[in-house]
Amino acid sequence: MELVVRRMRELLDEQGPSAVGFYTTGQLSLEEYYTLAIVAHGGIRTNHVDGNTRLCTATAAEALKESFGCDGQPGSYTDVDHADVNALFGHNVAETQTVLWMRMLDRLAGDDPPAVLCVDPRQTPVARAATVHLAPRPGTNVALMNGILHEVVASGHVDEDWVQAHTVGYEDLEKLVARYSPEVVSAICDVPADDIRAAARLVGEAEALVSTVLQGFYQSHQATAAAVQVNNLHLLRGMIGRPGCGILQMNGQPTAQNTRECGADGDMAGFRNWNNPSHVAELARHWNVEPKQIPHATPPTHAMQMMRYVEDGSIRLLWVSGTNPAVSMPELARMRSILAQDRLFLVVQDIFPTETTQLADVVLPAAAWGEKTGTFTNADRTVHLSEKAVDPPGEARPDLEIFVDFARRMRLQDKDGEPLVKWSSPEEAFDAWRECSRGRLCDYSALSYEKLRGDSGIQWPCTDESPEGTERLYAGGVFCASPDDCESYGRDLETGAPLEEQEYRALNPEGRAVIKAADYRPAHELPDVDHPLQLITGRTVYHFHTRTRTARAPELQSAAPEVWVEVSAHDASTYGLDEGDLAEVRTPRGEVQARVRVSGIRPGVVFLPFHYGYWDTPEGWRPGDHGRAANELTLTDWDPASKQPIFKTAACAVRKVAAAEGIPSPAPTTAASGPVSESAIPTGRGGIR
Amino acid sequence: MKIGVVLRDLHHDEVELARALLRMADKHRADHEFFHLGHDLAAWSMRHVREIAAMAVRFGEQLDPEPADSAPVVDSARRWLSERGGRSAEVELVMVRDLRELYLRASSVLTDWEMIGQAAQAIVDDELLELAQRCQAETKRQATWANSKIKESSTQALVV
Repeated sequence: MELVVRRMRELLDEQGPSAVGFYTTGQLSLEEYYTLAIVAHGGIRTNHVDGNTRLCTATAAEALKESFGCDGQPGSYTDVDHADVNALFGHNVAETQTVLWMRMLDRLAGDDPPAVLCVDPRQTPVARAATVHLAPRPGTNVALMNGILHEVVASGHVDEDWVQAHTVGYEDLEKLVARYSPEVVSAICDVPADDIRAAARLVGEAEALVSTVLQGFYQSHQATAAAVQVNNLHLLRGMIGRPGCGILQMNGQPTAQNTRECGADGDMAGFRNWNNPSHVAELARHWNVEPKQIPHATPPTHAMQMMRYVEDGSIRLLWVSGTNPAVSMPELARMRSILAQDRLFLVVQDIFPTETTQLADVVLPAAAWGEKTGTFTNADRTVHLSEKAVDPPGEARPDLEIFVDFARRMRLQDKDGEPLVKWSSPEEAFDAWRECSRGRLCDYSALSYEKLRGDSGIQWPCTDESPEGTERLYAGGVFCASPDDCESYGRDLETGAPLEEQEYRALNPEGRAVIKAADYRPAHELPDVDHPLQLITGRTVYHFHTRTRTARAPELQSAAPEVWVEVSAHDASTYGLDEGDLAEVRTPRGEVQARVRVSGIRPGVVFLPFHYGYWDTPEGWRPGDHGRAANELTLTDWDPASKQPIFKTAACAVRKVAAAEGIPSPAPTTAASGPVSESAIPTGRGGIR
Repeated sequence: MKIGVVLRDLHHDEVELARALLRMADKHRADHEFFHLGHDLAAWSMRHVREIAAMAVRFGEQLDPEPADSAPVVDSARRWLSERGGRSAEVELVMVRDLRELYLRASSVLTDWEMIGQAAQAIVDDELLELAQRCQAETKRQATWANSKIKESSTQALVV
């Protein structure tokens, strides 16, 4: 820590706060994020603060800001209990949120099962349970959504009175989606026009619609524009803020919600608007610093831009906590060349050795969730208290202690010369956050550790007026989107340019929900002769992120021990591939070798799980003769509005390297990676038998 | 009637804006946002060029709907240089200056469209007015993008 403090001081003297970046995660506790936010924004005064939530949930946040003026999940998981239609957009819930999937399965196996709409290019468990399954060409989600909205409008399923009373922007959407007939969309997405009509009938005639959205939209081309169209579907139907009518813009990590609300991820603490001077002044009062000392001349720097500044040498100290960019970021050859630079001082704080710790100048060993106390808020705003069960091993310390220790040693001060961080325990940090959140949408003011030690979690906002929490936001169509309240004035969905205050005031003076239309644009990298297929990456249920933890759990590791590649039966026949063959997947950025699983994936699309890196190989942090990490292949490109990298529209080629000769594919035979023909392989469990 | 003359100027300025966007996008390939959006926004201007050429016939002007880009060899050389030069903070300052040029070019195109829109109202030409309003809105978005990126980059490029 002395080394970190010394280098930090040198750089602040030499260059100032622009030399320093913090890159955190979606897996710490609320208290830790809030402490990091005040240390970075209020103490070091750098604008370069983001989380790996940029790769995971940035589009959820941005889509909510665009439609409702503020981040914050409108719906509740309980909406699943009431809905008559569940629509899942790019959300393989059976492998990403298994408990939510169990809740959906309960309904499906019950007396009055809901209909299910699934949009996914893979044959996921959701697709198998679906009433209507659409498997669009990767990168065409906006066209597909516009086609569904076209049908909803044309069939008279718009709740016109509700739309008139509670929204702005409907006329533009009506005009735009008029051009997206099912036939037009069918040609773009390669989905039968009748299936688009059937999907639109399901959501158009639903009496209580719950929609969930995840990486199939968020990590794809035109991410925010597509996710916003799901919000629009609910706004058109007036289905928000009442039981069964939930929008669930999901998260991929347990505490991504906290990263967002505490301002550790490219937002300001408490959903405050960086572009609204009174919000910055309010935050400055909470922190007892001058408003001008909190950087707010531009939006906080997003992770991809931070990496660019590290690349050009203008960020010289990068502090990574709880994430592994050397495997999780796109275009790994570039990422390694950035992180391995001698001129970069890299600090990595984690619970296990990773590829990124191997590149670090300083590794700070951190405590895991069972070794510390803190609160976790899930994707439907439910706050839980997680208490310490055992002591951390060795020199490992809770992330909160690490950040507080750093602040003390740096002598970070408020404007009266008192310590900037006035707490050291999780409960004190939580109480400070309660005050910081008071009056904002994410209001924790009536919550306390004592209250959270009661029977279960509590959903924010939790205030003196709603002491038991709030199940759904926006009841009665009342939004938090007025120009003075909103977290964001919005962005141009195609260029990403932020709107200015006066533009937003003109657009939405009364703070209604905003219906934003978006035209489909083709992806930047399309298949060609040399790269005729489209690569998408994703998860398996057995692993999380880069296997930092799950590969160390023997049961999980043996269920999915090695990378595999999924191809359709059609492409297997075209390229002469059989189950278990060793294949090479290539893009202009690199190659990966993996054994083939012939699965129910859409023809023309290739899937690689993104979990596998190098820490458990002899090379340690980089490939040996052949790539193993899916991100060797992905491109550096991001959604202009949410800045979320695109992992699901790279053009690729596949060729056979060696025949299987009895070696099975290591792909789990369960869930989406299951074989297309069940007779070929015994199914029902993961991994090699 | 001077509308044909202004359309010819506008055609020239849109072509130059598209070329500048492409040239600078390739020059700053190491900045992925500039690279991708530069190409996206150049396509908007090229679409404007086609529509101006189609419209100008009525006003007695023969304009090229598909003027050539700059030489591909030069483009690839520029990309190569960009990737080599991407490891220095100095290129950020060059980028801000280039963005400033783009902002000025787009602003001047924006003014051209305003003039056309005013003239279209004066002669009650609905078709010309529709074109002017639609393209003007897109040109404004091009200028706003360049401006927002100038604001963002200046907080880093000018202080390191």
